[in-house]
Amino acid sequence: MTVDNIPNIRTCITPLDENIRVNEQDKAGKLPEDEFCDKKRKKINADIVIVGSGPAGLMAAISSAKQGVPSILLVDENHLIGGQLVKQSHKFFGSEEEKAGTRGIDLAFELMDEVNLLKNIKSMLETTIIGCYNSKQSHKLIAIKRQREGNQLIEIICKSVIFACGAMENMLAFPGNDLPGVYGAGGVQTLMNVYGVKPGNKVLMVGAGNVGLIVSYQLLQAGVSVDRVVEILPKIGGYNVHAAKLRRCGVPINTSHSIKEVYGNEKVEGAIVEKIDSSFKPISGTQQDVTCDTVCIAVGLTPSIRLLEQIGAKTEFIAEAGGHVAIHDSSMQTSIKGIYVAGDSSGIEEASTAMIEGQLAGVSAAVSLGFDKQAKKLKKKYIKALEGFRSGPFGLKPKICKEKIACCWNGGINY
Amino acid sequence: MGVLTIKQYEKTGILSLNDLTLPSDEHLNKGVAIIECVQEIPCDPCVGICSVNAISMKNINAVPKIDYDKCTGCKRCVGICPGLAIFVIKLKDDKALITLPYEFLPIPKIEEIVTALDREGKPRGKAKVVKVNKSNKTTVVTIEVDKDIIMEVRNIRMD
Repeated sequence: MTVDNIPNIRTCITPLDENIRVNEQDKAGKLPEDEFCDKKRKKINADIVIVGSGPAGLMAAISSAKQGVPSILLVDENHLIGGQLVKQSHKFFGSEEEKAGTRGIDLAFELMDEVNLLKNIKSMLETTIIGCYNSKQSHKLIAIKRQREGNQLIEIICKSVIFACGAMENMLAFPGNDLPGVYGAGGVQTLMNVYGVKPGNKVLMVGAGNVGLIVSYQLLQAGVSVDRVVEILPKIGGYNVHAAKLRRCGVPINTSHSIKEVYGNEKVEGAIVEKIDSSFKPISGTQQDVTCDTVCIAVGLTPSIRLLEQIGAKTEFIAEAGGHVAIHDSSMQTSIKGIYVAGDSSGIEEASTAMIEGQLAGVSAAVSLGFDKQAKKLKKKYIKALEGFRSGPFGLKPKICKEKIACCWNGGINY
Repeated sequence: MGVLTIKQYEKTGILSLNDLTLPSDEHLNKGVAIIECVQEIPCDPCVGICSVNAISMKNINAVPKIDYDKCTGCKRCVGICPGLAIFVIKLKDDKALITLPYEFLPIPKIEEIVTALDREGKPRGKAKVVKVNKSNKTTVVTIEVDKDIIMEVRNIRMD
């Protein structure tokens, strides 16, 4: 979509304003040159630029700042620091070190305060990186900062970039999926928990991974009724503790069930769900009509890697990562010197590991610029913590993902 | 990749008593925490908060193990558990007290009569609220119920 002629804008996360012009974009985006050519292109220099201020980006900024890097720029396209943390009203799992037991929203504020205390971090919100280029000595990022008096074009020259851009929600193809009322579960969570907007009155949740289970529970907390959760796989993908919370509130979870279609006159009025056999084919005669005004899709995420692709980092398709990812070494550096990746952009996982990967990338980037305060020891600690998180059954997928990435890094032998 | 059989709770989300290690009547008389967390997930705040070291884990992914002899039923783990999976049960004459985490509004008040729900959300009778504590926005509620439903009731509904 284009917003005020600026291409490649994710309208779902762009605050609405008076006189805003939103248009469909059916081709490669082109910046409206006239709009910018008579405005001065603001030039900024930084040692490290971090793209994305979610758990990975925040920790990358904090850890590189603590290594003594003089100038760190934290850029985020949203109007709040924290990425997905700001809408996580549930308590985090993990260990004490990774703030287990703390709610995501509280963690976002904690980390925000820490960033504000570190004088070598400057954060720039409502700023979208629209282009990135690398040369031998430095990297150049082109950004647009949205501000009341008009958009500002910014050119950032830096020595190192850490891409912590997160991920995007997957959509499902079924008749009626374009009706208003069909949402991504993450989108619904943002509406409820960030903007305080009730998304609907009765929800059908598609997908029983942790996102589907957690968002269903938060819908109940917001006073929205959840008719049921359907899951195409024969078992619940998310943690049993999340499923149990939902079940004891009386919400059914139907495994081996899928959504067939959504119907309604100009908006969602109901959906047809059906039972699926072991080869994922619908079983005839099992269709059920679910009356609802909202359908939430929680069927996984795809890493956001467009900027990494643009800068030329080597990417590979890795199913366990959730799609294409930039391959990286054990320090989170991509195939391009000085370009790092962390968090969901380097393979879908969760907030605790995103935080550790952010720290790893931050410390590694700092070391490459000559700032080293016990970096070797810290990196060893982070790698060990990541291994710990990935050693359980729920860490198997990210473990395989990272093994494949390491394999690709070492020449891409068959895995 | 491993065993392909799917456990019942993986299909339904509901644990059965066979999935749990249950305390003896002696333990229940004193009051102990029952941890309904049976999967290896990377999480350990319950271990850290227990002041008598009754909860142990081999590593961050291990299933927490509780020593019912050591547990004093202090309820601190109920409020910290991110999975809201810990309950404290104490027998009291012919009645029983169940302490459970509750994250809905309005916050129950002492003496209030609520509906007790089982693991499937089905009503299992009325319960009286006897204690209400807050722990990091999780309300820790103690209800009084009939003795015979202590292993079924795991939630409340405000009517």
